[in-house]
Amino acid sequence: MNLTLHVWRQKNSGAPGSMERYAANDVNPDMSFLEMLDVVNEGLITAGKEPIAFEHDCREGICGSCGFVINGIPHGPNKGTTVCQLHMRYFKDGDELFLEPWRAKAFPVMKDLVVDRSAFDRIIASGGYITARTGSTQDANTIPIPKGVADSAMDAAACIGCGACVAACPNAAAALFTGAKISHLGLLPQGQAERDRRALGMVAQVNAEMFGACTNVAECEAVCPKGISVEVIARMNADYLKASWKDRGARKESGE
Amino acid sequence: MKLDSRVPQGPIETAWDNARFSMKLVNPANKRRFNVIVVGSGLAGASAAASLGELGYNVKCFCFQDSPRRAHSIAAQGGINAAKNYQNDGDSIYRLFYDTVKGGDFRAREYNVYRLAQNSVKIIDQCVAQGVPFAREYGGLLANRSFGGAQVSRTFYARGQTGQQLLIGAYQALEAQVATGRVTMVPRTEMLDVVIVDGKARGIITRNLVTGQIESHVADAVVLATGGYGNVFYLSTNAKGSNCTAIWRAHKKGAAFGNPCFTQIHPTCIPVSGEYQSKLTLMSESLRNDGRIWVPKKAGDKRNPGQIPEDERDYYLERRYPSFGNLVPRDVASRAAKAVCDEGRGAGSGETALGVYLDFAESINRLGRSTIEERYGNLFEMYERIAGEDPYKVPMRIYPAIHYTMGGLWVDYELMSSIPGMFVLGEANFSDHGANRLGASALMQGLSDGYFIIPYTLGNYLASNKPDGLKTNAPEFTAAVAGVADRTKQLLSIKGKRTVSSFHRELGKIIWDRCGMARNAEGLRGAISEVRALRQEFWKDVNVPGSEGEINQQLENAGRVADFFELGELMCLDALERNESCGGHFREEYQTPDGEAMRDDDHYQYVSAWEYKGEGVAPELNKEPLDFAYVHPAQRSYK
Amino acid sequence: MSPTAISGGSGGTLRFLESTIFKKAVMALTGAILFGFVSGHLLGNLQIFLGPDRLNEYAAFLKSNMEVLWIARTVLLLSVTAHIVTTVQLMRINQTARPVGYAKKNNSHSTLASRTMYYSGPMVAAFVVYHLLHFTTGTLHPEFSPVDVYSNVVVGFQRLPVAISYIVAVGLLCLHLSHGVSSLFQSLGFSHPQHTPRIKAVARLVGILYFAGYASIPAAVMLGILRAPSVHL
Repeated sequence: MNLTLHVWRQKNSGAPGSMERYAANDVNPDMSFLEMLDVVNEGLITAGKEPIAFEHDCREGICGSCGFVINGIPHGPNKGTTVCQLHMRYFKDGDELFLEPWRAKAFPVMKDLVVDRSAFDRIIASGGYITARTGSTQDANTIPIPKGVADSAMDAAACIGCGACVAACPNAAAALFTGAKISHLGLLPQGQAERDRRALGMVAQVNAEMFGACTNVAECEAVCPKGISVEVIARMNADYLKASWKDRGARKESGE
Repeated sequence: MKLDSRVPQGPIETAWDNARFSMKLVNPANKRRFNVIVVGSGLAGASAAASLGELGYNVKCFCFQDSPRRAHSIAAQGGINAAKNYQNDGDSIYRLFYDTVKGGDFRAREYNVYRLAQNSVKIIDQCVAQGVPFAREYGGLLANRSFGGAQVSRTFYARGQTGQQLLIGAYQALEAQVATGRVTMVPRTEMLDVVIVDGKARGIITRNLVTGQIESHVADAVVLATGGYGNVFYLSTNAKGSNCTAIWRAHKKGAAFGNPCFTQIHPTCIPVSGEYQSKLTLMSESLRNDGRIWVPKKAGDKRNPGQIPEDERDYYLERRYPSFGNLVPRDVASRAAKAVCDEGRGAGSGETALGVYLDFAESINRLGRSTIEERYGNLFEMYERIAGEDPYKVPMRIYPAIHYTMGGLWVDYELMSSIPGMFVLGEANFSDHGANRLGASALMQGLSDGYFIIPYTLGNYLASNKPDGLKTNAPEFTAAVAGVADRTKQLLSIKGKRTVSSFHRELGKIIWDRCGMARNAEGLRGAISEVRALRQEFWKDVNVPGSEGEINQQLENAGRVADFFELGELMCLDALERNESCGGHFREEYQTPDGEAMRDDDHYQYVSAWEYKGEGVAPELNKEPLDFAYVHPAQRSYK
Repeated sequence: MSPTAISGGSGGTLRFLESTIFKKAVMALTGAILFGFVSGHLLGNLQIFLGPDRLNEYAAFLKSNMEVLWIARTVLLLSVTAHIVTTVQLMRINQTARPVGYAKKNNSHSTLASRTMYYSGPMVAAFVVYHLLHFTTGTLHPEFSPVDVYSNVVVGFQRLPVAISYIVAVGLLCLHLSHGVSSLFQSLGFSHPQHTPRIKAVARLVGILYFAGYASIPAAVMLGILRAPSVHL
């Protein structure tokens, strides 16, 4: 099949960008979307042009490196799939595809389809962990965790940190990402000691990073390649509101 | 080169405790004065950086990805072994140790493996405390499954995403240390050289992948945790970015390379579908529990599988190995698949037809579709997404692919390479798996190295190597920076006709054909000269577009491929030198009359530790003899 | 590599009142109050179908205790103000959060109601102002009577453009409610695998029923079902 691609090209974070048109010819339906771009890039290089920069690594849908917006939908039209696992058989001959980077102030474009998602790391660093000094822990079976609770924690922990939720959100909010981590750790008994501190710290960082505010439209849930539910956002809201209520106490406890 | 493995003496059960007791300690107040560099942020790197930060060292951790959470440990599906004996089925530290030494076909150090089995227990405790959501039973206790043919159920798992969950646990611990300021995370940065001062590793040279800046970093010790080199084969289950550059540059600066030819092939991957293919996807081995593997009896039979009648099918594993059937170990299953495809009996319509059928029809008839769906639903979905065929109706097509490298930089018992002050952890070192790794052991080793070994052994080294105020303006650093900058310029200046990927693909094909599942002396000799010729062509005709001072993915890749050429040659040399078959290394000349691997313990019971001698000079082979005092070498048989 | 300060989990860099979650909670609580008013108002209005006397008595009852009335009006005014202020604040945060938009955007999941909250809200607000000037103060009413609410309604809606604009406006209000009524639970942190879908269904039903209820009055006037009582003519 033959396709027409409109791709956002931008030399670096300071330069202006624009949509450029490329032809992708003789695309094999068994190719993944990124393999199709590989072939387009080989052609560009051979023609002495600069290849399209896009992020990718594991190419099996788990590392969270890849992702861009295809015709207005992060990771493209196939639900529950990252762009590296999206295959060309979901498109048809003559399709016109618009490829754009994640758009958010907190995710500045670095080049073409590559954006800087380090804000996510800083959100995790502001409380998205359980402090457990190496070697100081008790036997793994000391605290039984009901299967349902462990399963719900796993559902939230499945997040791959790709940023599609931010890209899809009309407000560029990071609520699904942050809520997923707050839920994962907050559901487990091990995560209780730092639960308030975690909610306060992570939400503060989300605001500092200039992400938008969740307005409950749930576009994030629709594009999440791991199918994480907006339920995690409600849990974040509850944890944050409760923790703020107890804030004075929490500050005393943490010695501040 | 003199290799001192520093393996402790005395009974194996107490060896690690005794070794730890005899190690020197760094005063807590002095720890922050030591700078430690950790390269790589996978299970081994992240757990090491986090644990060293907790101890109070001043740590800098580097990764080439945009975030430490992307490291390829994340892709491990199956699980992690631990000798907890929670199932009351007779598991013990000794049994895990025994299974690992035997599974490694008697080419690993016993004392290392015993320590690994000991640490396995603590790893699970640590991960649960961090919030890793392992699978649980209704009673709330941890669930286990059996894996890789082990006779006990000792594998802990988090759905099909165990690697992801363990990595996220280590990553969160790392970020917690970043927040305290004790660890500085440096993402989007690639290590391009190691700097040796007075014979010790004292820092690294990196390229900032955003600005292109070449930078120097000084430290009192360098820890490499940069993963395996499976991408030398171009098509592998590794991530596209996985590379050998860090360990290869360290090797060229004096670190011995252990057992480079020990690579592992996984039998159940989705086969290649075309020239454009960029990577291979693994399907869990558990599929072999209910799937039957077959190919047509007649060579060149291009009919659809459904049209091939029962009596024209060859269930070759069941035929050759009546007692283990479709459940023979990874290396045996892989070689058998290659053999039938070499006979022209491969499944599929493509010209090459590299694949065999994994057929569930019989199981679906016997157990019902719903049972199969319950057991393998997500795998079937994944297969359909990638291959575009419904495995409930059409048999799956599978083919072996490279997915782990047992070889790596040689390290002693304290995980220090032959360069003092340079430690190597995880898949990047050669240590614990011998010639073949058992399933669910890679995650265990990465975390054992990072959480429970390096915090002690690094202290032991630093205690007698006090900070001396070395600066990046030392001549060793300026020389290394110049070397890296020159090489980058050279790659960009060739402006030839061929793309980097086209070279990589060609290199991968040579290595796969000659140094893959089965090897022979003649093929290996041919491969060495072909790789050399291709490497020369690369340096004459590669086309690396763009410039130095920007994000340049082609330039990054070119540097990595250049190193793969050199490592690929060493792999072939090592495979040629090892005149026996063991584990993942199968030399066609050394097999039993019925085609099984034949080990030669009298002549090859050693670790090959290759020493770099300079450009165009043959590397020198050093041998570390292996001693088996606890598990006695025996021939494996699966008939 | 870290341009932004990290609070290290203390929450120290963010004042609670500045957090977007607090603002959403304010919107949810004030929205709930306003929803309560809209519900009561509807029940009161529907009494028009019980005849002029019943409606006018009800109106007189409401005005009988000016203190309570003004307390209620103050609460409503404060709620509206807080609802609008937080909306504007969030809107500004959200506009800065995405300085460059997409060339092509495809909404795959969200409802029309949820995406149009920013439009339906201000339009409803404008309508409320008009509504107050129309039926409460009578400023914009041609034949306003302070005591005969029934006639005010019938006369007001006999003008076709007015009736239609009321129907459109309550349509927007109900669209707003159909998202807002379920969204407020999410904002306040309540989510449940079984209950949340039910709440969403109820909210959609509220949107439809309230629209039917509110729109029935101008529609009934236009269709001649509600007429001015002859005694007044």
